[in-house]
Amino acid sequence: MSVIDQLFVKLRNENRKALMPFITAGDPDLEFTAEVIQELVARGASMCEVGIPYSDPIADGPVIQASYTRALGRGIKLADLLESLGNVSPQISAPLVTMGSYAIIYRHGIEKYADALSERGVAGMIVPDLPLEESPQLAKVCAARDLSLIQLVTPTTPPDRTLKIAETSSGFLYYVSVAGITGERTELPPELVERVSWLREQTPLPVCIGFGISQPEHVKLLAPVADGLIVGSAIVRRMANVTPKNRSTTLQEIGDYVETLLSALE
Amino acid sequence: MPTPPDSCSANVPDAAGRFGQFGGRYVPETLIHALDLLAVEYDAARQDASFQAELDELLKNYVGRASPLYFAKRLTEHCGGAQIWLKREDLNHTGAHKINNTLGQALLTLRMGKQRVIAETGAGQHGVATATACAHFGLDCIVYMGEEDIRRQAPNVFSMKLLGAEVRPVSSGSRTLRDAINEAMRDWMSSVESTHYILGSVVGPHPFPRIVRDFQSVIGRETITQCREQFEGLPEVVVACVGGGSNAAGMFYPFIELDGVSLVGVEAGGRGNQPGDHASPLTYGSPGVLHGSFSYVMQDEDGQTCDVHSMSAGLDYPGVGPEHSYWKATGRVDYTTCTDNDAMHAFDTLARLEGILPALESSHAIAQAMEIARNRSSSEQVVVCLSGRGDKDASEIARLKGESLG
Ligand SMILES: Cc1ncc(COP(=O)(O)O)c(C=O)c1O
Repeated sequence: MSVIDQLFVKLRNENRKALMPFITAGDPDLEFTAEVIQELVARGASMCEVGIPYSDPIADGPVIQASYTRALGRGIKLADLLESLGNVSPQISAPLVTMGSYAIIYRHGIEKYADALSERGVAGMIVPDLPLEESPQLAKVCAARDLSLIQLVTPTTPPDRTLKIAETSSGFLYYVSVAGITGERTELPPELVERVSWLREQTPLPVCIGFGISQPEHVKLLAPVADGLIVGSAIVRRMANVTPKNRSTTLQEIGDYVETLLSALE
Repeated sequence: MPTPPDSCSANVPDAAGRFGQFGGRYVPETLIHALDLLAVEYDAARQDASFQAELDELLKNYVGRASPLYFAKRLTEHCGGAQIWLKREDLNHTGAHKINNTLGQALLTLRMGKQRVIAETGAGQHGVATATACAHFGLDCIVYMGEEDIRRQAPNVFSMKLLGAEVRPVSSGSRTLRDAINEAMRDWMSSVESTHYILGSVVGPHPFPRIVRDFQSVIGRETITQCREQFEGLPEVVVACVGGGSNAAGMFYPFIELDGVSLVGVEAGGRGNQPGDHASPLTYGSPGVLHGSFSYVMQDEDGQTCDVHSMSAGLDYPGVGPEHSYWKATGRVDYTTCTDNDAMHAFDTLARLEGILPALESSHAIAQAMEIARNRSSSEQVVVCLSGRGDKDASEIARLKGESLG
């Protein structure tokens, strides 16, 4: 059983739900990323998703794009990013997963990338531009190392394809709430609850919902039907104006914000 | 990298969109269903005689096809070698080869029952050709264009507006074609149920590289017929410029299994061979993933896309269509580069000797063809794809030359 499998067994036994924040690595620097991860886990986040900055992220809205641009503008390198994850992972009780383009993973070498994650105590990866048909090779490489390769299902995915994706996903299944890009939304699609409920009946795999979630009301609505919720842009937006002076207050603010979501999860 | 297969097939891509090891589909799951539907619709359309007849009729009476194959006598004499023949895609309605693809894809849009079209554009030729097809069929049209390209291709921006399209400036990244494709893809992520994305080159996820190649192949098919009629044979060499690679793919594809014909693709050599100074992924790049497909690309060691440079907006792109990577790997097509300066010189030469203003993109192919012709005998023929006309470039050329307009 992978680390993520164990987490969800435990959560399901305790009848609890996961909250998984997304943070861009290296925005504004890797030290801050590590601090945010530690703060959020201390506040009660069950997992953390670490965004690997990419020059051409087509699934991302303006907030995450801008944070990738900032991180790349400061010259972040994959080797440093991976090293810093290796420093954080032993200090936290929650699994880390990377979210990064296949362009980056392929260039690094898929085995080398998987080795790097397992050596540094990272539990798995999400590869948003690697659909089912292109994923068997990476899935094998991940399985051999007990890394989870988390696959995505979206509102445009037909039911039969959804089942195939669920069969190949490991760790959990990522349900994308909207047909669209990342970014906060006030309204989520009305059929979301029904769709996720259906999906959870089809698969033993835990289902986590992401994209658009930002408000305690979203959490209250969705937590009962899912195993976990993923929050990205709402956190990344709060990191946009970090300066040496306001680092600790920003950290506090992000922590407080995530805590409002965590209390809605109860 | 695996060893290259020794023969090059025209029977590509396979069902997964692979040209040898290249191609495929590296896009978010949100888009997969639409790509599947597009592939199915395209297969049905290909086998539907009425679809083909409707497209042929448009190409003839609306675009003005067949485009002429013109013997450039004075240019030939100037080079003093092989005969240079120009395939005049510049004479098409809207002034470039791009319309061959946009009319085909607009017909597919109608077949799929979609009313809204999005497109990206670099030089603006694909944007104009998409806006034109949409005006013709009464479709809503939005064109994404980088701010740098809006500046250097201003006449085309105004044309698109006159044609009823909305031009959305893209201010991210290098503010060129690559960023325009990113923005169009992001639009499509949210609008995929109601919108068709008319991609403008043989790039992107399957089935785009195949669809665009097929619609552009009218160029090569006509050329073969015209060569047989006009000089009773086939040319020794065929030359085309390569941005994303659509005019080259359309020209080369019908020649792929005609082994006696050499095929030469010309990338933008820009200011030189240092990273950032050119836009030549096939020459200086390596295989990787960009914009949904596995192909040669200019990336750094972390997989981040590099900035590239070409004075010509249509060639200023860090990637290239996967079929070109396949043709490179199999050795069927030779790829080379042409600098900004050499292309500008070819532009001037063609203007003065033949009374033709070529697009800056096409000028790269002209420069290479002149070079090839010089080293061959007068009994041989070199055919160049003159992919577009240069009117759109007049003000940018004036700026580059330090002259004022008029
Ligand atoms: C006249 C002309 N030629 C060539 C190109 C390059 O595109 P491709 O390589 O897809 O033919 C463009 C692109 O805008 C163009 O306008």
